[in-house]
Amino acid sequence: MTTLTPDAHAAAPTAGAGRTGRPARPVRLRRAYSVDRPRRSITLTVLTAIVLVYSLIPLVWLLINASKTQADLFSSFGLWFGDDFALGSNIVDTLTYDDGIFVRWLGNTLLYVVVGAGGATALAVLGGYGLAKFQFPGKKAVFATVIGAVAVPGTALAVPTFLMFSQMGLTNTPWAVIIPSLISPFGLYLMWTFAAEAIPTELMEAARVDGASEARTFAQISLPLLAPGIVTVLLFTMVATWNNYFLPLIMLKDPDWYPLTLGLNAWNAQAATAGGQAIFNLVITGAVLTILPLVVAFLFLQRYWQSGLAAGSVKE
Amino acid sequence: METCTEVAHGDVNIASDTRECSVTQAVAPPAISVPVRRVRARSWSGWAFVGPFMAVFALVFLAPIVYSIYLSLFRKQLVGGNSFVGIENYQRALEDAQFWSALGRVAVFLVVQVPIMLGIALLVALAIDSGRLYGRNFFRISIFLPYAVPAVVASLMWGFMYGTRFGLVGNINDAFGVSIPNPLSPDLVLAAIGNIVTWEFVGYNMLIFYSALRVIPTSLYEAAQIDGAGQWRVIRAIKLPAIRGALVIATIFSIIGSFQLFNEPSILQNLAPNAITTYFTPNLYAYSLSFSGQQYNYSATIAIIMGVITMIVAYVVQLRGMRKEA
Repeated sequence: MTTLTPDAHAAAPTAGAGRTGRPARPVRLRRAYSVDRPRRSITLTVLTAIVLVYSLIPLVWLLINASKTQADLFSSFGLWFGDDFALGSNIVDTLTYDDGIFVRWLGNTLLYVVVGAGGATALAVLGGYGLAKFQFPGKKAVFATVIGAVAVPGTALAVPTFLMFSQMGLTNTPWAVIIPSLISPFGLYLMWTFAAEAIPTELMEAARVDGASEARTFAQISLPLLAPGIVTVLLFTMVATWNNYFLPLIMLKDPDWYPLTLGLNAWNAQAATAGGQAIFNLVITGAVLTILPLVVAFLFLQRYWQSGLAAGSVKE
Repeated sequence: METCTEVAHGDVNIASDTRECSVTQAVAPPAISVPVRRVRARSWSGWAFVGPFMAVFALVFLAPIVYSIYLSLFRKQLVGGNSFVGIENYQRALEDAQFWSALGRVAVFLVVQVPIMLGIALLVALAIDSGRLYGRNFFRISIFLPYAVPAVVASLMWGFMYGTRFGLVGNINDAFGVSIPNPLSPDLVLAAIGNIVTWEFVGYNMLIFYSALRVIPTSLYEAAQIDGAGQWRVIRAIKLPAIRGALVIATIFSIIGSFQLFNEPSILQNLAPNAITTYFTPNLYAYSLSFSGQQYNYSATIAIIMGVITMIVAYVVQLRGMRKEA
């Protein structure tokens, strides 16, 4: 790297800035655009902004419409506010409607996320570490089984799972939602590749030579190195559990055990049934409240996550 | 020495293992003195870590698969309970026009939606990775954000926006005096669902590609610069080959997702009951069969057929992806 520096900087504008590079520029400017810091492009920014707008417009729509009354929803323009700013009363109505069932659903969702996603992350971290750092009999079979099973439509397996669980008396209990959430093949895959990269085998060897047990090597040497990967897996399993719809849909009959996703859909369906009260404003406000914790958690975890990504890109 | 052969022999990532092996040799000679007994003991200790995952995996993945194969070979009769019917359920599925129409629908969805979604995701990942955007962290976070939105909320939200009553489509029609066709009409509903799924997963796939791009050593770009390679050439010759693994994985996950399509059509059913039939996708069909029709055996058969088809398609994609790599 050091020996290359002069050449790399001289060539930087050509490749870093593409066809528009001007090799004849003063030295000071040439240094400003390196491989790591290429010249910014307005055109590219604008083009990418199209995707950005596409991603954000529906969320903006949702936020704006969460501030409307049921009447305004139908009478006002979608991307601007209605006559009354009813966000506050909508939130209160959402939380208190039907004896505060929404709060109950929120609690259920939290339970499923903490136990389901937490357990899934723990299993994936252990499993991924074992697959990446150990040779053991049957490892190839484990690999083949997990990869093969991932290709089987999980949602299509729901019917036999439902029948199995119903014979075990687990349906209509939180366990029916939690137990299947404990397996995240994608989390296992992420952890596997991450552990293979992040933990130097010689470090584990050194710990073993010093007489550390495998459990201790894992807890004290490997676990800290895996932290960025764990956060990533936790994020994905959290999103998966929080957003889970199909599994609770077939497993749960009792609305008291519904997660938020199922509850919102029930509210939406209520309008379609004969004599049902249309509560679209509550559906929309409830939707905002449903995605808010996840967005906040995601933005919060992003800080750790960025450091994880940065750590990965240091290797040269 | 034993550790070396132990680590190196026969595994998926031989390349990295052998590299680790040589490093171990060079850096940590004490490893040689590790007694043989200890090495052999360690060879089983991997199970201590993989075991818990595999135990739960067996319960929630393998057992249902076995059970549904069992179910698919039987038929419940009003008189006499379960009777073994062999492949009769499978024969019935092959002649089932509703099943074929559902399969055809997700096949169209797969062929059209997945390339569009992955293409956009790849372009955005390359744009962000190029470092040439203003505010690239904002781009990365914002475009990923829809992934955090539950399918239920995404479907309800888009469903409302599609609406001609109080949705954006209705607004636009009123404001400009045009008549955009109703996205929730039978002709357009598949495209409408494709849009929802694209919206949900563009950022997710973008992030998979972006993470793969980040670990490409900068020295490769520097070398390319010295050779006078332009941006497109760097993308074609360095970036795309380097993230081939991520591309294959994302494609396989998207294929599986398409074949499993359920949430979005199921939720939109309330808003568009005429456009979305009970056999709109194979999964929806399997669901309706068992939970409205109580036809558990036939439903399990549909699930297995879909599983086999998904596995074959995913396997072919994986083979093709890997062959190009060689």
